Amino acid sequence: MGLEACVGGIGLVAPGMADWAAAQPLLRGEQLWQPTPLAAPKPDLLPANERRRTTTLIRLALAAAEQACSQAGVAPEGLASVFASAEGDTEIVERLCTALNMAGKPVSPTQFHNSVHNAPAGYWAIAAGARLPSTSITAGVASFAAGLLDALCYLQAEQAPVLLIAYDVALPDSLSAHGDVQQPFACALLLSPSGEGPRLLLDGITTGEPSAVRADLDALRRANPAAQALPLLHGLANGKAERLALRYVDQQLLNVVLR
Amino acid sequence: MPIEALRLSHYTVTNALGHGLAASWSALREGRSGLRPNDYPPACGDAALTTWLGRVEGLEAVSLPETLQDYDCRNNRLALLGLQQDGFVAAVAELRERLGARHIGLFLGTSTSGIEQTEQAFARRDEQGRLPADYRYRQTQSPFSLADFCRRYLGLEGPVQVISTACSSSAKVFASAERHIAAGLCDAAVVGGVDSLCQSTLYGFNSLELVSSQPCRPWDATRDGINIGEGAGFALLQRAGAVPAGPRLLGYGESSDAWHMSTPHPEGDGAVAAMAQALARAGLEPGAIDYVNLHGTSTPSNDRAEDRAMVRVFGSSTPCSSTKGWTGHTLGAAGITEIVFAALALEHGWIPPSLNTQAIEPGLQAGVVLAGRSQPLRRVMSNSFGFGGSNCSVILGVDDGA
Repeated sequence: MGLEACVGGIGLVAPGMADWAAAQPLLRGEQLWQPTPLAAPKPDLLPANERRRTTTLIRLALAAAEQACSQAGVAPEGLASVFASAEGDTEIVERLCTALNMAGKPVSPTQFHNSVHNAPAGYWAIAAGARLPSTSITAGVASFAAGLLDALCYLQAEQAPVLLIAYDVALPDSLSAHGDVQQPFACALLLSPSGEGPRLLLDGITTGEPSAVRADLDALRRANPAAQALPLLHGLANGKAERLALRYVDQQLLNVVLR
Repeated sequence: MPIEALRLSHYTVTNALGHGLAASWSALREGRSGLRPNDYPPACGDAALTTWLGRVEGLEAVSLPETLQDYDCRNNRLALLGLQQDGFVAAVAELRERLGARHIGLFLGTSTSGIEQTEQAFARRDEQGRLPADYRYRQTQSPFSLADFCRRYLGLEGPVQVISTACSSSAKVFASAERHIAAGLCDAAVVGGVDSLCQSTLYGFNSLELVSSQPCRPWDATRDGINIGEGAGFALLQRAGAVPAGPRLLGYGESSDAWHMSTPHPEGDGAVAAMAQALARAGLEPGAIDYVNLHGTSTPSNDRAEDRAMVRVFGSSTPCSSTKGWTGHTLGAAGITEIVFAALALEHGWIPPSLNTQAIEPGLQAGVVLAGRSQPLRRVMSNSFGFGGSNCSVILGVDDGA
């Protein structure tokens, strides 16, 4: 029994790619990618009072999630979700560890509850009124592929749609020399058992090199674990039947067929 | 839909009660708490926060294998110490020989991973504010560090993920592992969780006024917050037909509160949804559950919301208790710790009381047990609820006819 899904909606927020509509000609090679700094993402679903408490990472994830839902015309409250982020909110890690080394330990209560890896999922649930199961995972550089696997497993078990969101922000100054995320990137896929849109089939796990993308985009792929989705996003933008390989753990690859 | 027939063929816990199952079980039976006054001060030399802790003895002396030294941090030391109890490593190795490394998944929960390393690195910044050269972000701070380390130590090559949904993390690993096995991505899985002491959670919970200055006392009228604990726990999930014994995973339920980041829904809506879904998946009526290990953190609002949820699902007669008075709140390890405690209760036919609880707050109506008691148990539930409104309930049971 193969794992498969229909891709009903896509969201993308990245430097030089404000949304999925803007990204498609670029992914198809009609335009070159320019690493234009990302404008502050502004998710609409979150009430202003909640949005004020959030961080760049949370807003980035929610903006991609919203795009995928609105593109598919699907109400977000009826969706289960998988949030995949390699590093979580490193901006908060920096602030927490700074505060812990100051007199009086001025840790902000809001920052502390935002520090949990599932903070974007928590805000999404509040914003969307989504009460269904939601998970927040990491698998390092394999986070996108691990998230895709997790979402496909949920979909198969429950025969219900699931929203996959993969996202990371660039590491803050203090940590940037020690880790691997240099650019912000978020993408979201609304996966359903059936419906309009391309079908995605899992075609085994092998070893080797992930599918190549153009050199300019390959730099982005290497600059953010969520951008390991780029070969898949490239295939979805091209709209052709294709077999592609996504970076999984160690030298493993997740092979995916688009139809 | 019904789940794959799985059982916990092996399991182990390490926490403030000691290393391995026997230490936890004897402390539970003897009513001996592992909590102690906070003796884990911050690196900057300030006095330790006034609270009680569930601290694991001996972590400072644990050393990682030579080839995995880069992963050295309190959390991975605790992971290693936990894996080395109760023959767990040997059981995984035997299964790996039989099934192949690619066929065993690894699903672990943690909330703070190795953040203690980053806290201490910040204390050692140079004049330019740079972190010391020996700081290893990828292998310690990174939230995947725990599974990355355990995967290498155990020699596993199957599907892998860290679930980090705060205090429900290591309960949700059972759900994710079951779905991966059902989908055919692996034939068995190591599940579990590890969380270790750090200043971030101590001062973070303190900033939210959720830390008690005394030993925590769930459901008590005078309860005023949590004690932070640390712990590691692991279980080997195998297809029920492949192994002769061990508790069955009968069901799980997951839900989101969609309410508030750090406070549960006051009527316990999300908790009710998780418990109801777990019961439905197991094909059980609430009356079929013989004991519930509560999340029971001992904050006023958490226990009140869980009490409301318990009464809505079970009424007041189902025996339940929180074991946080023994271990403290082990956060990302709370799920696995308490699922294993529920498995021990099932195996031995004994319900642990809610330690430290003297007088239950008037108005709370769940069937909280104040004195341990022996009785045959066939099906038990464990609740885990976390920040962000992430809820998970897991049901274990004996084989039908057993």
